[in-house]
Amino acid sequence: MASAAEIAEKAERDDIRNRWLLTTPAIAIIFLAGIGPLLVVVLYSFLTPGPYGDVKWEFSTGAWVGVFLQRDIFEGTLGIADAHLSIFLRSVWLSFATTILTLIFGFPTAYFIATRSEKTQALWLFLITIPFWTNLLIRTFAVQEVIRNEGLLNSFLVWSGIVSAPVQILYTDWAIALGMIYVYLPLMVLPLYASMEKLDFRLVEAGYDLYATRFKVLTRIVIPLVKPGVIAGSILVFIPSLGAYVTPRVLGGGKQMMLGNLIELQFGAGRNWPLGAALALTLTVIVTVALLFYVRYVAAPERRNG
Amino acid sequence: MARTFAIKRQPGFATIAMICIALLYIPIFTLVVYAFNEGNSVAIWKGFSLRWFHAAWNNDKVVDASIRSVRIASVAALIATVAATMAALATTRTKPYRGLTFKYAFINQPLMIPEIVTAVALLIVFARVKVATGYSGLGYLIAAHTAFCIPFAYLPIRARLESMDLTLETAAADLYAKPWKVFTRVTLPLLWPGIIAGLMLAFVISLDDVVITEFVKSGGQDTLPTYMLGQLRRVVTPEMNAISTVFLAISILIVTVFFFISRRRT
Repeated sequence: MASAAEIAEKAERDDIRNRWLLTTPAIAIIFLAGIGPLLVVVLYSFLTPGPYGDVKWEFSTGAWVGVFLQRDIFEGTLGIADAHLSIFLRSVWLSFATTILTLIFGFPTAYFIATRSEKTQALWLFLITIPFWTNLLIRTFAVQEVIRNEGLLNSFLVWSGIVSAPVQILYTDWAIALGMIYVYLPLMVLPLYASMEKLDFRLVEAGYDLYATRFKVLTRIVIPLVKPGVIAGSILVFIPSLGAYVTPRVLGGGKQMMLGNLIELQFGAGRNWPLGAALALTLTVIVTVALLFYVRYVAAPERRNG
Repeated sequence: MARTFAIKRQPGFATIAMICIALLYIPIFTLVVYAFNEGNSVAIWKGFSLRWFHAAWNNDKVVDASIRSVRIASVAALIATVAATMAALATTRTKPYRGLTFKYAFINQPLMIPEIVTAVALLIVFARVKVATGYSGLGYLIAAHTAFCIPFAYLPIRARLESMDLTLETAAADLYAKPWKVFTRVTLPLLWPGIIAGLMLAFVISLDDVVITEFVKSGGQDTLPTYMLGQLRRVVTPEMNAISTVFLAISILIVTVFFFISRRRT
Protein backbone atom coordinates (compact mmCIF):
# COMPACT_ATOMS: atom_id res chain seq x y z
CA MET A 1 0.00 0.00 0.00
CA ALA A 2 1.21 3.49 -0.85
CA SER A 3 2.12 5.76 2.00
CA ALA A 4 0.57 9.21 2.39
CA ALA A 5 3.81 10.81 1.28
CA GLU A 6 3.87 8.76 -1.92
CA ILE A 7 0.27 9.66 -2.70
CA ALA A 8 1.02 13.35 -2.17
CA GLU A 9 4.07 13.09 -4.37
CA LYS A 10 2.09 11.39 -7.14
CA ALA A 11 -0.62 14.06 -6.89
CA GLU A 12 2.01 16.76 -7.31
CA ARG A 13 3.57 14.99 -10.31
CA ASP A 14 0.13 14.64 -11.92
CA ASP A 15 -0.56 18.30 -11.24
CA ILE A 16 2.63 19.40 -12.96
CA ARG A 17 1.99 17.06 -15.91
CA ASN A 18 -1.53 18.48 -16.29
CA ARG A 19 -0.14 21.98 -16.17
CA TRP A 20 2.22 21.15 -19.04
CA LEU A 21 -0.62 19.62 -21.05
CA LEU A 22 -2.75 22.71 -20.52
CA THR A 23 0.02 25.00 -21.76
CA THR A 24 0.74 22.90 -24.85
CA PRO A 25 -1.74 24.56 -27.27
CA ALA A 26 -0.51 28.08 -26.49
CA ILE A 27 3.13 27.03 -26.75
CA ALA A 28 2.52 25.10 -29.98
CA ILE A 29 0.76 28.04 -31.68
CA ILE A 30 3.42 30.55 -30.62
CA PHE A 31 6.14 28.17 -31.73
CA LEU A 32 4.57 27.62 -35.16
CA ALA A 33 3.79 31.28 -35.87
CA GLY A 34 6.42 33.05 -33.79
CA ILE A 35 9.55 31.42 -32.44
CA GLY A 36 9.95 28.80 -35.16
CA PRO A 37 9.89 31.34 -38.00
CA LEU A 38 12.32 33.50 -36.02
CA LEU A 39 14.80 30.62 -36.00
CA VAL A 40 14.40 30.35 -39.77
CA VAL A 41 15.32 34.05 -39.99
CA VAL A 42 18.57 33.25 -38.18
CA LEU A 43 19.25 30.51 -40.73
CA TYR A 44 18.42 32.78 -43.69
CA SER A 45 20.79 35.48 -42.47
CA PHE A 46 23.68 33.06 -43.17
CA LEU A 47 22.63 32.17 -46.73
CA THR A 48 23.27 33.73 -50.14
CA PRO A 49 20.62 35.94 -51.76
CA GLY A 50 18.79 34.39 -54.72
CA PRO A 51 18.63 36.33 -58.00
CA TYR A 52 14.86 36.99 -57.77
CA GLY A 53 14.47 37.25 -54.00
CA ASP A 54 14.42 34.24 -51.68
CA VAL A 55 17.77 32.49 -51.02
CA LYS A 56 20.31 30.09 -52.47
CA TRP A 57 21.33 27.34 -50.08
CA GLU A 58 24.97 28.36 -49.80
CA PHE A 59 26.53 29.45 -46.55
CA SER A 60 27.61 33.07 -46.46
CA THR A 61 28.36 35.72 -43.88
CA GLY A 62 27.85 38.36 -46.55
CA ALA A 63 24.55 39.53 -45.10
CA TRP A 64 26.03 40.20 -41.68
CA VAL A 65 29.00 42.01 -43.22
CA GLY A 66 26.49 43.99 -45.30
CA VAL A 67 24.65 45.29 -42.26
CA PHE A 68 27.37 47.83 -41.61
CA LEU A 69 29.85 47.50 -44.46
CA GLN A 70 29.54 47.70 -48.22
CA ARG A 71 31.91 46.67 -51.00
CA ASP A 72 32.99 49.45 -53.28
CA ILE A 73 31.89 48.46 -56.80
CA PHE A 74 34.99 49.85 -58.53
CA GLU A 75 37.81 49.15 -56.12
CA GLY A 76 36.43 46.08 -54.34
CA THR A 77 37.38 47.48 -50.97
CA LEU A 78 35.12 47.38 -47.91
CA GLY A 79 33.82 50.65 -46.54
CA ILE A 80 31.14 51.64 -44.10
CA ALA A 81 27.62 51.25 -45.51
CA ASP A 82 26.63 54.90 -45.38
CA ALA A 83 23.03 54.33 -46.41
CA HIS A 84 22.43 51.72 -43.69
CA LEU A 85 24.32 53.68 -41.11
CA SER A 86 22.33 56.82 -41.76
CA ILE A 87 19.05 54.90 -41.46
CA PHE A 88 20.28 53.25 -38.26
CA LEU A 89 21.27 56.61 -36.85
CA ARG A 90 18.01 58.22 -37.96
CA SER A 91 16.00 55.42 -36.29
CA VAL A 92 17.93 55.70 -33.05
CA TRP A 93 17.85 59.48 -33.12
CA LEU A 94 14.11 59.70 -33.90
CA SER A 95 13.27 57.08 -31.26
CA PHE A 96 15.41 58.89 -28.74
CA ALA A 97 13.77 62.26 -29.53
CA THR A 98 10.33 60.62 -29.32
CA THR A 99 11.17 59.14 -25.92
CA ILE A 100 12.44 62.44 -24.49
CA LEU A 101 9.52 64.48 -25.83
CA THR A 102 6.86 62.00 -24.69
CA LEU A 103 8.57 62.11 -21.29
CA ILE A 104 8.48 65.92 -21.20
CA PHE A 105 4.78 65.95 -22.06
CA GLY A 106 3.83 62.71 -20.35
CA PHE A 107 5.38 63.37 -16.96
CA PRO A 108 3.24 66.41 -16.03
CA THR A 109 0.18 64.70 -17.52
CA ALA A 110 0.67 61.55 -15.44
CA TYR A 111 1.38 63.67 -12.36
CA PHE A 112 -1.76 65.69 -12.95
CA ILE A 113 -3.86 62.53 -13.24
CA ALA A 114 -2.26 60.90 -10.19
CA THR A 115 -3.05 63.91 -8.02
CA ARG A 116 -6.78 64.02 -8.86
CA SER A 117 -9.44 62.49 -6.60
CA GLU A 118 -9.88 58.75 -7.06
CA LYS A 119 -13.07 59.04 -9.10
CA THR A 120 -11.79 61.62 -11.56
CA GLN A 121 -8.52 59.69 -11.91
CA ALA A 122 -10.42 56.85 -13.54
CA LEU A 123 -12.00 59.26 -15.99
CA TRP A 124 -8.71 60.95 -16.98
CA LEU A 125 -7.09 57.54 -17.31
CA PHE A 126 -9.91 56.42 -19.55
CA LEU A 127 -9.31 59.50 -21.75
CA ILE A 128 -5.65 58.46 -22.14
CA THR A 129 -6.49 54.81 -22.75
CA ILE A 130 -9.02 55.40 -25.54
CA PRO A 131 -6.49 56.69 -28.10
CA PHE A 132 -4.12 53.94 -26.97
CA TRP A 133 -6.56 51.22 -28.01
CA THR A 134 -7.71 52.81 -31.23
CA ASN A 135 -6.09 51.61 -34.39
CA LEU A 136 -2.51 52.81 -34.87
CA LEU A 137 -3.03 53.26 -38.59
CA ILE A 138 -6.09 55.44 -38.04
CA ARG A 139 -4.23 57.57 -35.52
CA THR A 140 -1.33 57.96 -37.92
CA PHE A 141 -3.77 58.88 -40.68
CA ALA A 142 -5.34 61.47 -38.36
CA VAL A 143 -1.91 63.04 -37.81
CA GLN A 144 -1.31 63.03 -41.55
CA GLU A 145 -4.49 65.04 -42.10
CA VAL A 146 -3.57 67.58 -39.45
CA ILE A 147 -0.03 68.22 -40.68
CA ARG A 148 -0.56 68.19 -44.45
CA ASN A 149 -0.03 71.51 -46.23
CA GLU A 150 -3.71 72.41 -46.28
CA GLY A 151 -4.30 70.79 -42.87
CA LEU A 152 -5.28 72.24 -39.52
CA LEU A 153 -1.74 72.97 -38.28
CA ASN A 154 -0.65 74.86 -41.39
CA SER A 155 -3.96 76.71 -41.61
CA PHE A 156 -3.41 77.86 -38.07
CA LEU A 157 0.20 78.90 -38.70
CA VAL A 158 -0.79 80.91 -41.76
CA TRP A 159 -3.88 82.41 -40.15
CA SER A 160 -1.95 83.51 -37.08
CA GLY A 161 0.72 85.09 -39.25
CA ILE A 162 3.58 83.00 -37.89
CA VAL A 163 4.38 81.90 -41.43
CA SER A 164 3.26 83.46 -44.69
CA ALA A 165 2.87 80.22 -46.65
CA PRO A 166 2.25 76.60 -45.54
CA VAL A 167 5.40 74.80 -44.39
CA GLN A 168 6.11 71.32 -45.74
CA ILE A 169 5.91 69.09 -42.66
CA LEU A 170 4.47 65.90 -44.13
CA TYR A 171 7.11 63.53 -45.58
CA THR A 172 9.92 64.94 -43.42
CA ASP A 173 11.66 63.64 -40.30
CA TRP A 174 9.56 66.12 -38.35
CA ALA A 175 6.40 64.40 -39.48
CA ILE A 176 7.71 61.01 -38.34
CA ALA A 177 8.73 62.42 -34.96
CA LEU A 178 5.38 64.18 -34.49
CA GLY A 179 3.50 61.04 -35.47
CA MET A 180 5.49 58.80 -33.12
CA ILE A 181 5.10 61.22 -30.21
CA TYR A 182 1.39 61.24 -30.88
CA VAL A 183 0.90 57.48 -31.13
CA TYR A 184 3.25 56.50 -28.28
CA LEU A 185 2.35 59.19 -25.72
CA PRO A 186 -0.13 56.91 -23.86
CA LEU A 187 2.63 54.28 -23.54
CA MET A 188 4.61 56.84 -21.56
CA VAL A 189 1.76 58.20 -19.46
CA LEU A 190 0.39 54.84 -18.27
CA PRO A 191 3.52 53.42 -16.53
CA LEU A 192 4.39 56.88 -15.19
CA TYR A 193 0.93 57.11 -13.69
CA ALA A 194 1.25 53.61 -12.23
CA SER A 195 4.31 54.59 -10.21
CA MET A 196 3.03 58.08 -9.29
CA GLU A 197 -0.20 56.63 -7.96
CA LYS A 198 1.84 54.86 -5.28
CA LEU A 199 3.76 58.04 -4.42
CA ASP A 200 3.73 58.77 -0.69
CA PHE A 201 2.88 62.47 -0.45
CA ARG A 202 3.91 62.61 3.19
CA LEU A 203 7.46 62.70 1.88
CA VAL A 204 6.54 65.69 -0.28
CA GLU A 205 4.99 67.37 2.72
CA ALA A 206 8.13 66.70 4.76
CA GLY A 207 10.13 68.36 2.01
CA TYR A 208 8.01 71.52 2.24
CA ASP A 209 8.29 71.48 6.02
CA LEU A 210 12.02 71.66 5.51
CA TYR A 211 11.57 74.76 3.33
CA ALA A 212 12.14 73.11 -0.04
CA THR A 213 10.84 75.03 -3.06
CA ARG A 214 8.34 73.40 -5.43
CA PHE A 215 11.12 72.83 -7.93
CA LYS A 216 13.36 71.21 -5.33
CA VAL A 217 10.53 68.93 -4.18
CA LEU A 218 10.01 67.88 -7.80
CA THR A 219 13.66 67.19 -8.60
CA ARG A 220 14.82 65.85 -5.21
CA ILE A 221 11.74 63.92 -4.03
CA VAL A 222 9.16 63.21 -6.75
CA ILE A 223 11.44 62.34 -9.66
CA PRO A 224 13.74 59.99 -7.68
CA LEU A 225 10.71 58.19 -6.26
CA VAL A 226 9.02 57.63 -9.62
CA LYS A 227 12.25 56.71 -11.43
CA PRO A 228 11.07 53.14 -12.13
CA GLY A 229 8.05 54.60 -13.94
CA VAL A 230 10.30 56.93 -15.93
CA ILE A 231 12.52 54.04 -17.02
CA ALA A 232 9.53 51.80 -17.78
CA GLY A 233 7.80 54.46 -19.86
CA SER A 234 10.99 55.33 -21.71
CA ILE A 235 11.67 51.73 -22.67
CA LEU A 236 8.05 51.09 -23.61
CA VAL A 237 8.20 54.08 -25.98
CA PHE A 238 11.74 53.50 -27.27
CA ILE A 239 11.22 49.86 -28.28
CA PRO A 240 8.21 50.27 -30.60
CA SER A 241 9.66 53.54 -31.95
CA LEU A 242 12.81 51.77 -33.02
CA GLY A 243 10.83 49.06 -34.82
CA ALA A 244 8.22 51.47 -36.19
CA TYR A 245 7.02 50.65 -39.68
CA VAL A 246 3.58 52.16 -40.26
CA THR A 247 4.30 55.68 -38.98
CA PRO A 248 7.45 56.29 -41.08
CA ARG A 249 5.77 54.70 -44.09
CA VAL A 250 2.66 56.90 -43.92
CA LEU A 251 4.23 60.12 -42.64
CA GLY A 252 7.72 59.77 -44.15
CA GLY A 253 6.26 58.98 -47.55
CA GLY A 254 8.80 56.25 -48.39
CA LYS A 255 11.73 58.65 -48.67
CA GLN A 256 12.47 59.09 -44.99
CA MET A 257 13.09 55.49 -44.01
CA MET A 258 13.53 53.94 -40.62
CA LEU A 259 14.88 50.49 -39.77
CA GLY A 260 11.51 48.80 -40.24
CA ASN A 261 11.20 50.16 -43.77
CA LEU A 262 14.80 49.25 -44.59
CA ILE A 263 14.07 45.66 -43.58
CA GLU A 264 10.94 45.61 -45.73
CA LEU A 265 12.90 47.01 -48.67
CA GLN A 266 15.27 44.02 -48.64
CA PHE A 267 12.33 41.64 -48.99
CA GLY A 268 10.73 43.74 -51.74
CA ALA A 269 12.62 45.77 -54.33
CA GLY A 270 16.00 45.14 -52.64
CA ARG A 271 15.73 41.36 -53.25
CA ASN A 272 18.26 40.61 -50.57
CA TRP A 273 16.48 38.36 -48.11
CA PRO A 274 19.61 37.39 -46.12
CA LEU A 275 20.45 41.06 -45.58
CA GLY A 276 16.85 41.72 -44.54
CA ALA A 277 17.07 38.79 -42.12
CA ALA A 278 20.35 40.08 -40.66
CA LEU A 279 18.91 43.59 -40.27
CA ALA A 280 15.79 42.18 -38.59
CA LEU A 281 17.96 40.23 -36.15
CA THR A 282 20.05 43.31 -35.41
CA LEU A 283 16.87 45.15 -34.49
CA THR A 284 15.76 42.20 -32.35
CA VAL A 285 19.07 42.19 -30.48
CA ILE A 286 18.84 45.91 -29.69
CA VAL A 287 15.26 45.53 -28.48
CA THR A 288 16.14 42.45 -26.39
CA VAL A 289 18.97 44.32 -24.68
CA ALA A 290 16.56 47.15 -23.83
CA LEU A 291 14.02 44.62 -22.52
CA LEU A 292 16.58 42.80 -20.38
CA PHE A 293 17.55 46.16 -18.93
CA TYR A 294 13.87 46.78 -18.21
CA VAL A 295 13.38 43.39 -16.51
CA ARG A 296 16.52 43.75 -14.44
CA TYR A 297 16.07 47.32 -13.25
CA VAL A 298 12.32 47.90 -13.32
CA ALA A 299 10.16 44.77 -13.28
CA ALA A 300 12.23 42.60 -10.93
CA PRO A 301 12.91 45.19 -8.16
CA GLU A 302 9.27 46.28 -8.26
CA ARG A 303 8.08 42.73 -7.67
CA ARG A 304 10.51 42.34 -4.80
CA ASN A 305 9.27 45.51 -3.13
CA GLY A 306 5.66 44.47 -3.66
CA MET B 1 -7.96 81.53 7.74
CA ALA B 2 -4.89 81.25 5.58
CA ARG B 3 -5.31 79.44 2.32
CA THR B 4 -4.11 75.85 2.67
CA PHE B 5 -0.86 75.09 0.93
CA ALA B 6 -1.49 72.58 -1.89
CA ILE B 7 1.37 70.14 -1.48
CA LYS B 8 0.49 68.15 -4.58
CA ARG B 9 0.51 71.12 -6.94
CA GLN B 10 3.34 71.69 -9.39
CA PRO B 11 3.19 74.92 -11.42
CA GLY B 12 2.30 74.45 -15.09
CA PHE B 13 1.63 70.71 -14.83
CA ALA B 14 -2.13 71.06 -15.14
CA THR B 15 -1.72 73.24 -18.22
CA ILE B 16 0.60 70.74 -19.91
CA ALA B 17 -1.80 67.93 -19.04
CA MET B 18 -4.70 69.80 -20.64
CA ILE B 19 -2.62 70.53 -23.74
CA CYS B 20 -1.67 66.84 -23.95
CA ILE B 21 -5.24 65.61 -23.73
CA ALA B 22 -6.32 68.23 -26.27
CA LEU B 23 -3.52 67.25 -28.65
CA LEU B 24 -4.46 63.58 -28.30
CA TYR B 25 -8.02 64.30 -29.35
CA ILE B 26 -7.70 67.11 -31.92
CA PRO B 27 -6.47 64.86 -34.77
CA ILE B 28 -9.08 62.18 -34.04
CA PHE B 29 -11.79 64.82 -33.77
CA THR B 30 -10.75 66.44 -37.06
CA LEU B 31 -10.74 63.05 -38.74
CA VAL B 32 -14.30 62.37 -37.61
CA VAL B 33 -15.58 65.84 -38.54
CA TYR B 34 -14.29 65.62 -42.12
CA ALA B 35 -15.95 62.22 -42.55
CA PHE B 36 -19.16 64.25 -42.77
CA ASN B 37 -17.78 66.68 -45.34
CA GLU B 38 -19.87 67.32 -48.44
CA GLY B 39 -16.81 68.17 -50.54
CA ASN B 40 -13.98 65.98 -51.86
CA SER B 41 -11.32 67.37 -49.58
CA VAL B 42 -10.16 66.23 -46.16
CA ALA B 43 -9.20 69.81 -45.33
CA ILE B 44 -11.78 72.20 -46.84
CA TRP B 45 -15.23 72.09 -45.28
CA LYS B 46 -18.13 72.25 -47.76
CA GLY B 47 -21.10 71.39 -45.57
CA PHE B 48 -22.61 68.39 -43.82
CA SER B 49 -23.31 65.21 -45.75
CA LEU B 50 -23.35 61.44 -45.30
CA ARG B 51 -22.25 60.82 -48.89
CA TRP B 52 -18.86 59.35 -47.91
CA PHE B 53 -20.46 56.84 -45.59
CA HIS B 54 -22.68 55.81 -48.50
CA ALA B 55 -19.62 55.64 -50.75
CA ALA B 56 -17.79 53.38 -48.30
CA TRP B 57 -20.86 51.21 -47.81
CA ASN B 58 -21.19 50.73 -51.57
CA ASN B 59 -17.47 50.12 -52.09
CA ASP B 60 -17.17 46.35 -52.58
CA LYS B 61 -13.49 46.36 -51.64
CA VAL B 62 -14.23 48.02 -48.31
CA VAL B 63 -17.10 45.68 -47.50
CA ASP B 64 -15.02 42.67 -48.53
CA ALA B 65 -12.04 43.73 -46.44
CA SER B 66 -14.27 44.47 -43.43
CA ILE B 67 -15.90 41.05 -43.56
CA ARG B 68 -12.49 39.41 -43.89
CA SER B 69 -11.17 41.42 -40.94
CA VAL B 70 -14.06 40.40 -38.70
CA ARG B 71 -13.81 36.78 -39.81
CA ILE B 72 -10.08 36.53 -39.06
CA ALA B 73 -10.44 38.41 -35.77
CA SER B 74 -13.32 36.22 -34.58
CA VAL B 75 -11.60 32.92 -35.29
CA ALA B 76 -8.17 34.06 -34.09
CA ALA B 77 -9.54 35.65 -30.90
CA LEU B 78 -11.59 32.55 -30.12
CA ILE B 79 -8.70 30.10 -30.52
CA ALA B 80 -6.31 32.46 -28.73
CA THR B 81 -8.70 32.85 -25.80
CA VAL B 82 -9.18 29.10 -25.38
CA ALA B 83 -5.41 28.51 -25.50
CA ALA B 84 -4.78 31.46 -23.18
CA THR B 85 -7.39 30.32 -20.65
CA MET B 86 -5.79 26.86 -20.50
CA ALA B 87 -2.34 28.40 -20.19
CA ALA B 88 -3.52 30.80 -17.47
CA LEU B 89 -5.01 27.91 -15.47
CA ALA B 90 -1.68 26.12 -15.77
CA THR B 91 0.50 29.05 -14.72
CA THR B 92 -1.38 30.59 -11.78
CA ARG B 93 -2.29 29.60 -8.24
CA THR B 94 0.66 27.28 -7.78
CA LYS B 95 4.00 27.40 -6.11
CA PRO B 96 6.80 28.01 -8.63
CA TYR B 97 7.67 24.83 -10.51
CA ARG B 98 10.35 24.00 -13.04
CA GLY B 99 9.54 25.49 -16.43
CA LEU B 100 7.15 28.17 -15.14
CA THR B 101 9.45 31.04 -16.14
CA PHE B 102 9.98 29.35 -19.50
CA LYS B 103 6.20 29.28 -19.99
CA TYR B 104 5.86 32.97 -19.13
CA ALA B 105 8.62 33.87 -21.57
CA PHE B 106 7.08 31.70 -24.30
CA ILE B 107 3.56 33.07 -23.89
CA ASN B 108 4.77 36.68 -23.89
CA GLN B 109 7.23 36.20 -26.74
CA PRO B 110 5.00 37.92 -29.35
CA LEU B 111 5.08 41.07 -27.20
CA MET B 112 8.86 41.10 -27.02
CA ILE B 113 9.78 40.89 -30.69
CA PRO B 114 9.26 43.94 -32.94
CA GLU B 115 6.25 43.37 -35.18
CA ILE B 116 8.22 43.98 -38.35
CA VAL B 117 10.62 41.15 -37.43
CA THR B 118 7.81 38.67 -36.83
CA ALA B 119 6.24 39.86 -40.07
CA VAL B 120 9.29 39.09 -42.23
CA ALA B 121 9.86 35.82 -40.35
CA LEU B 122 6.33 34.69 -41.21
CA LEU B 123 6.74 35.93 -44.78
CA ILE B 124 9.80 33.72 -45.23
CA VAL B 125 8.23 30.60 -43.72
CA PHE B 126 4.73 30.92 -45.16
CA ALA B 127 6.10 31.66 -48.64
CA ARG B 128 7.78 28.23 -48.57
CA VAL B 129 4.76 26.49 -47.10
CA LYS B 130 2.51 28.08 -49.75
CA VAL B 131 4.72 26.72 -52.52
CA ALA B 132 5.07 23.30 -50.90
CA THR B 133 1.40 22.71 -50.14
CA GLY B 134 -0.36 24.88 -52.72
CA TYR B 135 -2.72 26.10 -49.97
CA SER B 136 -3.13 29.86 -49.87
CA GLY B 137 -6.32 30.43 -47.87
CA LEU B 138 -6.96 32.54 -44.79
CA GLY B 139 -5.31 29.88 -42.57
CA TYR B 140 -1.95 31.66 -42.58
CA LEU B 141 -3.44 34.95 -41.44
CA ILE B 142 -5.52 33.21 -38.77
CA ALA B 143 -2.47 31.31 -37.46
CA ALA B 144 -0.36 34.50 -37.34
CA HIS B 145 -3.13 36.49 -35.63
CA THR B 146 -3.83 33.73 -33.10
CA ALA B 147 -0.17 33.69 -32.06
CA PHE B 148 0.10 37.41 -31.32
CA CYS B 149 -3.38 37.50 -29.70
CA ILE B 150 -2.49 34.87 -27.08
CA PRO B 151 -0.50 37.17 -24.75
CA PHE B 152 -3.24 39.81 -24.89
CA ALA B 153 -5.97 37.30 -24.07
CA TYR B 154 -3.76 35.78 -21.37
CA LEU B 155 -3.27 39.06 -19.44
CA PRO B 156 -6.80 39.71 -18.11
CA ILE B 157 -7.54 36.00 -17.61
CA ARG B 158 -4.41 35.55 -15.53
CA ALA B 159 -5.15 38.72 -13.56
CA ARG B 160 -8.64 37.46 -12.79
CA LEU B 161 -7.38 34.01 -11.74
CA GLU B 162 -4.82 35.51 -9.42
CA SER B 163 -7.54 37.44 -7.62
CA MET B 164 -9.48 34.19 -7.03
CA ASP B 165 -8.31 32.00 -4.16
CA LEU B 166 -8.72 28.25 -4.10
CA THR B 167 -11.14 28.06 -1.14
CA LEU B 168 -14.31 27.68 -3.22
CA GLU B 169 -12.76 24.99 -5.40
CA THR B 170 -11.48 23.18 -2.33
CA ALA B 171 -14.93 23.38 -0.76
CA ALA B 172 -16.50 21.91 -3.90
CA ALA B 173 -13.96 19.09 -3.95
CA ASP B 174 -14.63 18.43 -0.27
CA LEU B 175 -18.26 17.95 -1.22
CA TYR B 176 -17.17 15.20 -3.64
CA ALA B 177 -17.45 17.21 -6.87
CA LYS B 178 -15.35 15.64 -9.63
CA PRO B 179 -12.53 17.88 -10.99
CA TRP B 180 -14.45 18.57 -14.21
CA LYS B 181 -17.55 19.53 -12.26
CA VAL B 182 -15.50 21.83 -10.01
CA PHE B 183 -14.15 23.47 -13.14
CA THR B 184 -17.49 23.96 -14.92
CA ARG B 185 -19.55 24.85 -11.84
CA VAL B 186 -17.08 26.89 -9.77
CA THR B 187 -13.94 27.99 -11.61
CA LEU B 188 -15.47 28.84 -14.98
CA PRO B 189 -18.37 31.01 -13.71
CA LEU B 190 -15.95 32.96 -11.52
CA LEU B 191 -13.42 33.30 -14.31
CA TRP B 192 -15.95 34.33 -16.95
CA PRO B 193 -15.43 38.13 -16.82
CA GLY B 194 -11.69 37.60 -17.32
CA ILE B 195 -12.30 35.32 -20.29
CA ILE B 196 -14.71 37.80 -21.92
CA ALA B 197 -12.24 40.63 -21.34
CA GLY B 198 -9.43 38.55 -22.86
CA LEU B 199 -11.58 37.62 -25.86
CA MET B 200 -12.45 41.25 -26.53
CA LEU B 201 -8.89 42.42 -26.14
CA ALA B 202 -7.69 39.73 -28.55
CA PHE B 203 -10.44 40.66 -31.01
CA VAL B 204 -9.46 44.35 -31.02
CA ILE B 205 -5.75 43.53 -31.32
CA SER B 206 -6.40 41.27 -34.30
CA LEU B 207 -8.74 43.81 -35.92
CA ASP B 208 -6.09 46.55 -35.59
CA ASP B 209 -3.13 44.65 -36.97
CA VAL B 210 -1.46 46.12 -40.02
CA VAL B 211 2.17 45.06 -40.20
CA ILE B 212 1.98 41.28 -39.83
CA THR B 213 -1.14 41.09 -42.03
CA GLU B 214 0.52 43.20 -44.73
CA PHE B 215 3.41 40.72 -45.00
CA VAL B 216 1.47 37.47 -44.58
CA LYS B 217 -1.58 38.09 -46.81
CA SER B 218 -1.78 36.56 -50.27
CA GLY B 219 -3.21 38.50 -53.20
CA GLY B 220 -6.82 39.58 -52.68
CA GLN B 221 -6.68 39.00 -48.92
CA ASP B 222 -6.76 42.60 -47.79
CA THR B 223 -8.12 43.28 -44.33
CA LEU B 224 -9.57 46.70 -43.59
CA PRO B 225 -6.30 48.11 -42.16
CA THR B 226 -4.13 46.84 -45.05
CA TYR B 227 -6.69 48.15 -47.55
CA MET B 228 -6.50 51.54 -45.86
CA LEU B 229 -2.70 51.44 -45.82
CA GLY B 230 -2.75 50.86 -49.57
CA GLN B 231 -5.20 53.72 -50.13
CA LEU B 232 -3.12 56.21 -48.10
CA ARG B 233 -0.58 56.26 -50.93
CA ARG B 234 -3.09 57.91 -53.23
CA VAL B 235 -5.08 61.12 -53.02
CA VAL B 236 -7.21 60.68 -49.95
CA THR B 237 -10.94 61.48 -50.01
CA PRO B 238 -13.23 61.75 -46.96
CA GLU B 239 -14.23 58.15 -47.70
CA MET B 240 -11.16 57.16 -45.68
CA ASN B 241 -12.40 59.37 -42.85
CA ALA B 242 -15.80 57.70 -43.00
CA ILE B 243 -14.27 54.22 -42.80
CA SER B 244 -11.98 55.32 -39.97
CA THR B 245 -14.90 56.84 -38.09
CA VAL B 246 -16.91 53.62 -38.15
CA PHE B 247 -13.79 51.64 -37.20
CA LEU B 248 -13.09 54.06 -34.34
CA ALA B 249 -16.66 53.86 -33.07
CA ILE B 250 -16.49 50.05 -32.95
CA SER B 251 -13.09 50.04 -31.21
CA ILE B 252 -14.19 52.60 -28.62
CA LEU B 253 -17.36 50.63 -27.94
CA ILE B 254 -15.41 47.40 -27.36
CA VAL B 255 -12.78 49.13 -25.22
CA THR B 256 -15.47 50.82 -23.10
CA VAL B 257 -17.21 47.51 -22.46
CA PHE B 258 -13.83 45.91 -21.72
CA PHE B 259 -13.02 48.71 -19.30
CA PHE B 260 -16.18 48.13 -17.30
CA ILE B 261 -15.91 44.33 -17.32
CA SER B 262 -12.31 44.29 -16.14
CA ARG B 263 -12.95 46.92 -13.46
CA ARG B 264 -15.74 44.91 -11.86
CA ARG B 265 -14.31 43.23 -8.80
CA THR B 266 -15.08 39.77 -7.50
